[in-house]
Amino acid sequence: MADQLLQQIVNSLLIGSVYALVAIGLTLIWGVMNVLNFAHGDFLMLGMFIAFWCYTLFKMDPLLSIPVCAALLFLLGVGVYRFIISKVMKGPGLAQLVVTFGVSIFLANLAVMLWTPDFRLIEKPLLAGTWSLGSVQLSIPKFVASVGSVVVSAAVFLFLKKTRTGKAILAVEMNRDAALLMGINTERINSLSFGIGSALVGIAGAFLSMYYYIYPQVGGLFGLISFCIVALGGFGSIEGAFIAGILIGLVQTLGGYFFDPAYKYALVFLVYLITVWIRPQGLMG
Amino acid sequence: MGNVTRRSFLIGGSALALSPWLVSPVLAAPKTIKIGALYPLTGNLASTGLDCRRGVEMAVAIINGKYDLSLPLAKTEGLPNLGGATLEVVWADTRGEPKNGQAEAERVVTQDKVAGVIGAYQSSVTKTASQATERLSIPYVCSDSSSPTLTERGLKYFFRVSPHDGIFAHDQFSFLKDLAAQKKHKVQTLGVLYENTEFGSNVGKEDLKYAQEYGYQVAADISYTNNATDVTSEVGRLIKANPDVLLHASYITDAILFTKTFKEMGFNPKGMLTMAGYIEPGYLPAVKADGNFIIVRSTFALDLAKKKPLVGQVADLFKKKFGIEMSENAARSFMAPFVLAEAINRAKSTEAEAIVKALHDTNIPGDQVIYPWKGIQFDPKTQQNIHATGTLVQIQDQQYVTVWPFESAAKDVIWPFPAWKSRK
Repeated sequence: MADQLLQQIVNSLLIGSVYALVAIGLTLIWGVMNVLNFAHGDFLMLGMFIAFWCYTLFKMDPLLSIPVCAALLFLLGVGVYRFIISKVMKGPGLAQLVVTFGVSIFLANLAVMLWTPDFRLIEKPLLAGTWSLGSVQLSIPKFVASVGSVVVSAAVFLFLKKTRTGKAILAVEMNRDAALLMGINTERINSLSFGIGSALVGIAGAFLSMYYYIYPQVGGLFGLISFCIVALGGFGSIEGAFIAGILIGLVQTLGGYFFDPAYKYALVFLVYLITVWIRPQGLMG
Repeated sequence: MGNVTRRSFLIGGSALALSPWLVSPVLAAPKTIKIGALYPLTGNLASTGLDCRRGVEMAVAIINGKYDLSLPLAKTEGLPNLGGATLEVVWADTRGEPKNGQAEAERVVTQDKVAGVIGAYQSSVTKTASQATERLSIPYVCSDSSSPTLTERGLKYFFRVSPHDGIFAHDQFSFLKDLAAQKKHKVQTLGVLYENTEFGSNVGKEDLKYAQEYGYQVAADISYTNNATDVTSEVGRLIKANPDVLLHASYITDAILFTKTFKEMGFNPKGMLTMAGYIEPGYLPAVKADGNFIIVRSTFALDLAKKKPLVGQVADLFKKKFGIEMSENAARSFMAPFVLAEAINRAKSTEAEAIVKALHDTNIPGDQVIYPWKGIQFDPKTQQNIHATGTLVQIQDQQYVTVWPFESAAKDVIWPFPAWKSRK
């Protein structure tokens, strides 16, 4: 009993930290330009596929293809912002929602067309296997993905707080007009944030590809959960998204274990509803 | 709504609503006969849908062309009783969702005027789609959905060729009984694990019923949300309950994730008896050797060719046409077009009532089907094929091998399941 409890807590942290990284990308985009990117889950799918193809075509382990995933997703993010989002930013809010939804459907179907709906796995990642630590079985790829996600999240946090560009992003997030008056190029900050947010989800994709199956619709539930995390943590809050990600991991895994696995996602959304009811702005909003 | 009066709007609306009934049935023999095929061609189950589609395409090619095979309508081009009319398939994408299944069934019937409908793989989708065809009075022949409830609804136009999960679940328990009697492997406790849609929940129900009937103790009864991101809590529960045998009903995404999580967390029952996801063509390429020793229910395995030459002939044609091996899904979806076309041919008409009557008289002998059955004949009340049975295949060296019934086994069953740690 106690053994499984410890095992379940470890598992919650492993999945929760990856959720957090996915959600941080989303919350960054939301915080800066108030756009909810519905294609975020599909960006994750693309990150996973990039890692998969790097592995299959160039024998590059997902750990090594992290920079490739980050760079390509950064470019995709900037491209989507420049050519699509910035055009509809002037229109009504609903247009932005619908356009990212359109991007989502487009990407998922493009992936089906290019790579077929088959399921892929990275067969032999550099780091594979399980460590037995007493009664706890620790999957090595999951552990690496989790530690990696924490490191990347911390790096983003430091980047935003310590660098000039990071501070500019935060300034735009706080008050766009004031930032503009201070001489910050908000248009550049927008596309940069969209790029960074997308790069983060690309990195998360590379991490997930070490142990998760890859197929065109893989982003669906991850995307949905990351929306929930962003709202729970407070729209635009990096720290909030991180804490909420871990929290959701705990609720999902422990709830599934002690209560009933059939309702574990229902529990996740219940926690979200209760939090929003008590604190509509989210935990750190 | 400027110049549309309320009256004209109502008249137009009711005409639209009645239009399916205003179309008179085609009486003259047409050149082509349309049948609607509903499958999840996009979405989560797109790879499965594609697989089913290949089975149907193969069947239609055999019906429309001339082949020296013992299948119904193979030796003639098209349907001889309808002047050699050929089948034309109208594909409809359900996206794996019941509401689309219903809408698409309505569309192919009202717009494309199909003579009959086949599909839709997922039981939940077949359920809504067949309710639509029932309302529109169009025959529906299903050979790929396995929820027992589908043939328990008393529908007049719905027929099922393949075995349902009640039969499959019963097979698994017969296997456990035979295993104890003939191979001296005793099993006492079971873990029942199932996804929570139409398919899984009904299998779970059947499993629990038979467990009681056969006197096994259920150590874990776990239902879970399908398409999960993580299943460690489910596997944690299983490890704690430590059942002798796991019974698992899942679609492919969860089958892959569970297999990986079983290995990672070291869940080692004596045997795993599974359904559906574990036999889809995407499963083994994804999990490779980790799939070994898992036992899956099946209606088809390529090794049946040893005892039934027709299986080998069809499998060869299939491989030539699509470049891949014929899978269980393709093999199941393969039969519905034959059953429907054979009935239309005997009915000498595409009129629904005549086809339904002919379907009731269907009597396709065992040597004309690619499964180990005695044939196809529908129960007059439930309209379920009374000869449909299943087999169990085990994954050995990353191949599906028939292991039960023991008398038609291609290889001996490997039991117990070797612990994950002891494997290379």
